[in-house]
Amino acid sequence: MADPSFITVAVITVASAIIALEFREIIYGAIALAISLLGIAAFFVLLDATFVAMFQVAVYVGAVVVLVIFTIMLVRREAWMAVPEGRRKVMGLLIMFVTMFGLGAIFISSSLTEQTVPEAKFTFQQIGEQMLTYYSPALIAMALTLAGAVIGALALAKVELGGSKSGSDN
Amino acid sequence: MAAIIDYVIISAVLLAIGIYGLTVKRNAIRMLFAIEIIVNAANLNLVAFSRNLSVPNITGQTLALFSIAIAAAEVAVGLALIIVAYRLYKDIDVKEFRSMKG
Repeated sequence: MADPSFITVAVITVASAIIALEFREIIYGAIALAISLLGIAAFFVLLDATFVAMFQVAVYVGAVVVLVIFTIMLVRREAWMAVPEGRRKVMGLLIMFVTMFGLGAIFISSSLTEQTVPEAKFTFQQIGEQMLTYYSPALIAMALTLAGAVIGALALAKVELGGSKSGSDN
Repeated sequence: MAAIIDYVIISAVLLAIGIYGLTVKRNAIRMLFAIEIIVNAANLNLVAFSRNLSVPNITGQTLALFSIAIAAAEVAVGLALIIVAYRLYKDIDVKEFRSMKG
């Protein structure tokens, strides 16, 4: 059965995920998202995946959330705080509960509940070996994808700067 | 030590929250938050199954590392698109993005 540390991390993760989506001021939402991602990192530690946890903290909390916060500072407007949601919100909640309880019922009735936790000893050397042997083509492809995505992002932002200048001339 | 079913349930809850966010929110940055939450639910599943297989296998962790890196690239492109859209429409409400024309 679940232990107290698991329950604490689960409550923090889920609550801050909800806050990230629902808090009126979006910059506090971004901070709540950071806390939620830290909670996921804590789950990775509980799962004996310390290297993945470290990677998660470095990439998500260190890079992604900071990037998001800077973007929010660039584009933030007061008008966002009062967007009416109305009927769409009811539909969204309905879809959320159907997904949650449907998937939950399927998982609880499955044989996953009978699984026992085996002894495991993971080291980062194993991850490194896998990355440099079997997954080395995927690693190269991922590196190229990252480079392409970053260059593409820069090009998108830059070209549009020139475009908006010529647009203001018209 | 929590069993695998606990992690899978948490993952399903996070997935449902992410789907709710994608359905209801019209702010592009909030939709990006929802996507992040969904990706993290998937990563949690990968690592949990990697740890709790009857013969634990580290491949799940390797795949989670790949997934985190790709998600970071996706956020960079997504935020660049949001900034471009903000320059064009002076708003990031996705309801305003009616045309693909610049």
